[in-house]
Amino acid sequence: MITRQDTKYHIIDNTPIGTNTMMMTLAGPTSTFTAPGQFVNIAIPGFTLRRPISVCSIEENQLTIVYDKVGAGTEVLATLGPKTEVDLLPALGNGFDLSKCGERPVLLAGGVGCPPIYNLAKELIKKGVLPTVVLGFNSSDRMIMIEAFEKLYIPFHVATIDGSYGIKGYVTDVLKHEAIDPDYFYACGPLPMLKALCQNLDIPGEVSLESRMACGFGVCMCCSLETKKGPRRICKDGPVFDKEDLIWK
Amino acid sequence: MEIKEQDRLSVELCGVKLRNPVIPASGCFGYGYGMTEYYDINVLGSISFKGTTLEPRYGNPLPRVAECRAGMINSVGLQNPGIDKVISEELPKMREAYHGPIIANISGFSIDDYCECCRRISGEKQVEIIELNVSCPNVHGGGMSFGTSAQSISEVVKSVKRSTTLPVIVKLTPNVTDIVEMARAAEDAGADGLCLINTLLGMRIDLKTRRPVVANTMGGFSGDAIFPVALRMVYQVAGACRIPVVGCGGVSSAENVLEMMMAGATAVEVGTANLINPWACPEIIADLPRVMDKYGIATLSELQR
Repeated sequence: MITRQDTKYHIIDNTPIGTNTMMMTLAGPTSTFTAPGQFVNIAIPGFTLRRPISVCSIEENQLTIVYDKVGAGTEVLATLGPKTEVDLLPALGNGFDLSKCGERPVLLAGGVGCPPIYNLAKELIKKGVLPTVVLGFNSSDRMIMIEAFEKLYIPFHVATIDGSYGIKGYVTDVLKHEAIDPDYFYACGPLPMLKALCQNLDIPGEVSLESRMACGFGVCMCCSLETKKGPRRICKDGPVFDKEDLIWK
Repeated sequence: MEIKEQDRLSVELCGVKLRNPVIPASGCFGYGYGMTEYYDINVLGSISFKGTTLEPRYGNPLPRVAECRAGMINSVGLQNPGIDKVISEELPKMREAYHGPIIANISGFSIDDYCECCRRISGEKQVEIIELNVSCPNVHGGGMSFGTSAQSISEVVKSVKRSTTLPVIVKLTPNVTDIVEMARAAEDAGADGLCLINTLLGMRIDLKTRRPVVANTMGGFSGDAIFPVALRMVYQVAGACRIPVVGCGGVSSAENVLEMMMAGATAVEVGTANLINPWACPEIIADLPRVMDKYGIATLSELQR
């Protein structure tokens, strides 16, 4: 059972890691996390709703999250300094299923989809699996976490839509042009990217979705998605869904 | 003489004894069992389960939620698996987690829908009260369209009362000119109680896209901001009707509960607060004795009319 005490965290660090992206490291209990891809729902002073944010790494009693400044809430979140107490609901959602990874998984992330993919890569490496990582960004000035991924010493590719860094184009272009022969894929990023991957890759895989949420723990039905298995809550039954279950319109 | 804590907090609603007046509001608590990872839900006075209709409903397109100052807007649209699946799948799980009295929140698109749902849910173990939702702002041709006319409230309540022997509480919408007229219509038609208020119809526009934030354009505004409106309506209705009133709308503290009861509420529903703080209800319940001491209230029943 998660108790009220499990929601009390202190900011260790909250710094920009890109043009519009922040990385926040927090001290607090992390024992309830079970899989990479789980997220937190963080309360922001002055706002009613918590903001769901993906997790980049989990250490003992230390959590790192990465977020884009996309609106008034995350703008305020970005101003919070070290030692500030924050209230967050930890370990929400299902996370990625590592047991399905196959022998040659490819991990694909677009923009602020990078953090959970980084956490997943670390966990797969711990399991003795060597994943290939492909990151996509709009342009070189929007890139994040490049050094962190490089330090994992795994096959690693970057694409930018404007060609200002790495391969010009999308993550799908990397798969076309590089000698990558994956047997499973994991992805997190913007919806058009996930749609292209699910519709064009003929290997099994799973993708992490996002949505505006209220509760984040499955009771309000504000983030319900129609799937082939019926309605599913992105916050509770997801955010990670099997490619086969998703309906693309 | 020391009064036992359970006697301080217990209330009676439509003949049903509740260990305390705190009830999670429909739509903010699912079917209850999902909350057991946060606390033992048996501390609750009762639970009003997610608005249930005759047929399964997916509800409205996403996004369904918008931030507001001191509140939120939702446009879920009565997503639920339908009354039969609720009875066969959700209620058994709910009863496993919760052993107290359950309030069945029922919605519909026709009088027959309401009656059929009530017939099917009646006799289900632990379901002791029906809460007739004639106030959902997020569906067309049902929900709130019943609750904005005294005549249709009267018709639906009369018909439902013939379909069940359970006490029937009518959950009213604040989106009317005269809440007392609606409350009286329900009472005159045989309602056993009233619950007010459901959400206020509201909307937000995204400055970047210049489009409404929720896909359904408008939605139900709830949360702290609506408490004064809810309290005012509870006060007006409690003064005009004899049947018990359940106060609902922006309740997030023990102080709010006491204020609602002083306005004439017999019990209190907590909605949006659950979504922001999953422990909202147990924290309110635990805090009640302290706040009652502060204001010299020995028992909650002494606040009742």
